[in-house]
Amino acid sequence: MTTPAKPPMRWSGAYPAATRAGKLRRRQAVNALMAGLVGLAAVLATLPLVIVLLYLLKQGASSLRWHFFTNMPKPVGELGGGMANAIVGTLMLIGIASAIGLPVGIGAGLYLAEHRGSRLANVTRFLADVLNGLPSIVMGIFAWQILVRPIGHFSAWAGGVALAAMMIPQVARTTEEIVRTVPVSLREAALALGYARWRTSLTVVLRTATAGVVTGALVAIARIAGETAPLLFTAFGNQFWSTSLNQPVAALPLQIYTYALSPYDDWHAQAWAGALVLIALILIISLVARVATRGRFATASD
Amino acid sequence: MTGAAVPSERAGSPLDRPTIPPTLPPGATRGRRALGVRIQGAVIGDRVYTAAITFFALCVPMLLILIAIEIFIAGWPALHKFGFSFLTSSAWDPVNGNFGAAPAIYGTLVSSTIALAIATPLAIGVAIFLSEFAPQWLRQPVAFLVDLLAAVPSVVYGLWGIFVLLPILRTSVMPFLRDTLHLGVLPFFSGPAYGPSMLAAGLILSIMVLPYISSVSREVLLAVPRSQREAALALGATKWETIWGAVLPYAKSGIIGGVILGLGRALGETMAVTMLIGNRPQISASLFAPGYTMASLIANEFSEASGDLHLSALMAVGFVLFVITLIVNAVARWLVWQVSRSSGEKMA
Repeated sequence: MTTPAKPPMRWSGAYPAATRAGKLRRRQAVNALMAGLVGLAAVLATLPLVIVLLYLLKQGASSLRWHFFTNMPKPVGELGGGMANAIVGTLMLIGIASAIGLPVGIGAGLYLAEHRGSRLANVTRFLADVLNGLPSIVMGIFAWQILVRPIGHFSAWAGGVALAAMMIPQVARTTEEIVRTVPVSLREAALALGYARWRTSLTVVLRTATAGVVTGALVAIARIAGETAPLLFTAFGNQFWSTSLNQPVAALPLQIYTYALSPYDDWHAQAWAGALVLIALILIISLVARVATRGRFATASD
Repeated sequence: MTGAAVPSERAGSPLDRPTIPPTLPPGATRGRRALGVRIQGAVIGDRVYTAAITFFALCVPMLLILIAIEIFIAGWPALHKFGFSFLTSSAWDPVNGNFGAAPAIYGTLVSSTIALAIATPLAIGVAIFLSEFAPQWLRQPVAFLVDLLAAVPSVVYGLWGIFVLLPILRTSVMPFLRDTLHLGVLPFFSGPAYGPSMLAAGLILSIMVLPYISSVSREVLLAVPRSQREAALALGATKWETIWGAVLPYAKSGIIGGVILGLGRALGETMAVTMLIGNRPQISASLFAPGYTMASLIANEFSEASGDLHLSALMAVGFVLFVITLIVNAVARWLVWQVSRSSGEKMA
């Protein structure tokens, strides 16, 4: 056997037979060891999730009562408080963010997919990725600066805008990825039948990609539903019932934060219950998103 | 003649054979004029559509620029007053109006370093397991579980951290490290064990950034061509030698991109850190001591800012955080793109 021309490959066969057998055993041992180590890494990585979820289930379920969904927060010491206003507030914030973020995000995604090579598309794609990685607290102080400071008070609007700013880049990128998977032949067929470009894009291409676009939207909604930092100085939280878009509004994550830092056991229990409801909401949205595509676009959540 | 009405995409198509009888679309039977109106409508529709999606696309860069400008303007009074010493001074004294962001910058770097030191080997291990070793049926479920780690809200990690992680750290882990292992002689593991600390923040961050690093790494590993693996296997390499010698070098810059992406997340993570780090503006060598990160400083003090200068200083901290994460993310994206471009248009 000759040494391979390409140099330092350790497993070249240039050893006496006896050493070679020993070497081989050692190499196989290393192989088995590393296989075990990466398997262990997988176990260690999924362990925190299991621990957190189990603990949440245990703590949350024991303090979750029906009145949690229907009652308002009560003062310390008074039992039977709930988070009805926070649940409604979270839904309101999601609504505002979706109303702004989804059209803009999907539109930008269509542009990215249809003008693939253009300079604006390349710049936008890159900046969308960068924007996606910006800390959510930065979105919070940004929304505070443009919508709370000039107006003089906190509002649901400001919170919704902060969340929308987080949605736009993410929805744009997922929409682009999905629209790209629509076969060109479909578009060509529609154009050949005399369809205008805009009708082709909206009624043929986007419609074919609907399932994927909806999934992308749901993943984005699941992400913003649990965001706290952008809401701290925008939606601010509210102990009372409010559905006005122009007033501060409660939100589940904010309420969990406030209660977790409080010194009262009753509020801690409420925080656990709130966390359980929040995570159930997020898991349901994520699962619906996953089932909707059945692994066709099974890329990592980002 | 109706042939002229058809968009130019059809020119030269084999469908243009005269044997096909000209069946007109319903709108066109009314004659040339109606057809002309229809085409005009289509042209206008196209213009409106293109203008609309171009506007939406422009929203993304505009948003980024707007964020930069607004936060910079808001932070300018503090940046102007303290100049460069804002970054180096460790005085954070709202009472006397003296602000320096050094403790927060230090805390951000230290907590992120702890997070990456723990999360990187684990995340790459998971990625290798999922792309090379795991049996097919196990891949999707495990990948889903790891991705779910990213779906748990920050505030829930914080809640869990306060009531589960901190007591464990205070009663077992910290005394064990300091006294049983005698690591207390090192400055990093000395001092009283309160619980809320740099170590707690770093640990929770490591859980939170792991899914980002591992999902990017996994995609990069999956993008490595088969031939690369087959060549090494054909030379008689074991599976691990194939990974170590042929797969990882190929995917190296993409994985580094993923780690830097995780760094970006760790730098800006707010809620869980705010709840666990202790929130004290000090620089201490001990990981057991409380500290501050830039994000937690803003989250903790913003709504109770004691004046315009305090607010401006917090905005300035936000601007520093913005610039740092902007650079980190740009570098990471660029690295990941390098790999994905060289192996076809496979991933984001």
